[in-house]
Amino acid sequence: MKARVHVMLKNGVLDPQGEAVRHALGAMGFDKVNGVRQGKVIDLNLAEGASEADVTDMCEKLLANTVIESYSIEML
Amino acid sequence: MKAAVVVFPGSNCDRDLAVAFERAGFEVSMVWHKDSELPSGVDIVGVPGGFSYGDYLRCGAIAAQSPICKAVVKHAGRGGYAIGVCNGFQVLTETGVLPGALLRNAGLKYICRTVELKVATADSVFTEGYSAGDVIGVPIAHHDGNYFADAETVAQLQDQDRIAFSYADNPNGSVADIAGILSQNRRVLGMMPHPERAVDLGHGGTDGVAVFRALTGIVATA
Repeated sequence: MKARVHVMLKNGVLDPQGEAVRHALGAMGFDKVNGVRQGKVIDLNLAEGASEADVTDMCEKLLANTVIESYSIEML
Repeated sequence: MKAAVVVFPGSNCDRDLAVAFERAGFEVSMVWHKDSELPSGVDIVGVPGGFSYGDYLRCGAIAAQSPICKAVVKHAGRGGYAIGVCNGFQVLTETGVLPGALLRNAGLKYICRTVELKVATADSVFTEGYSAGDVIGVPIAHHDGNYFADAETVAQLQDQDRIAFSYADNPNGSVADIAGILSQNRRVLGMMPHPERAVDLGHGGTDGVAVFRALTGIVATA
């Protein structure tokens, strides 16, 4: 059983890396990009019986810093 | 007067912090991240700079979950003194002992140079050796020193006079030019600049000495 966690900086938190990527894309001629936000994907290989609630707990306690980041969970 | 300096895999300012405490008259013990207790009778805990656990996941995130950090959180919760410098500041925010978080520098570059800090309050055991408004030179060396907190938290820090140091010329994008903050009880200081790297003429300046010296007076009379 697997879960995929997406961690993104919250809206309103400046993402300088995303901005740098946006600038680079613009410089390369990709002029149809209005904004870039960069995040993380964390794949968890779970033991039998693990639930989405367990993954939520992991996100709250370690995988995301909810002061600056939001997360979403996909159970695969 | 006893100080304990926490050592994580990847800490690299632990010895510097220990020397700064020793110079100020503390008996210092180094505490390994796997220890679950602080030595008894510790007056202040230092959480040093470096790259704990390789900065994996987020700076300070894994260190914040280490056994020794549980003990540091308990120590702070009992009203104990603590100082977190650079990565140590990141660790203290990740534990929730201090509010906010440290983001990648706005300019994306690692910055290593001496900057001017404004002493924003002299009302703490760490800053009472200065006068509010003093400008001091202290080195910074970080890639993720861009302090962030939501507007409500920043307003609270300002209203409660909990900003200890602010940048005279903001190098990293920190909100409200914040370089260091105090806990609500004013006994925990987190700051990105390195006062322990400004305690000897060989360092190029001694403007950081007062942080450690003031501390000894308070602890001795506490």
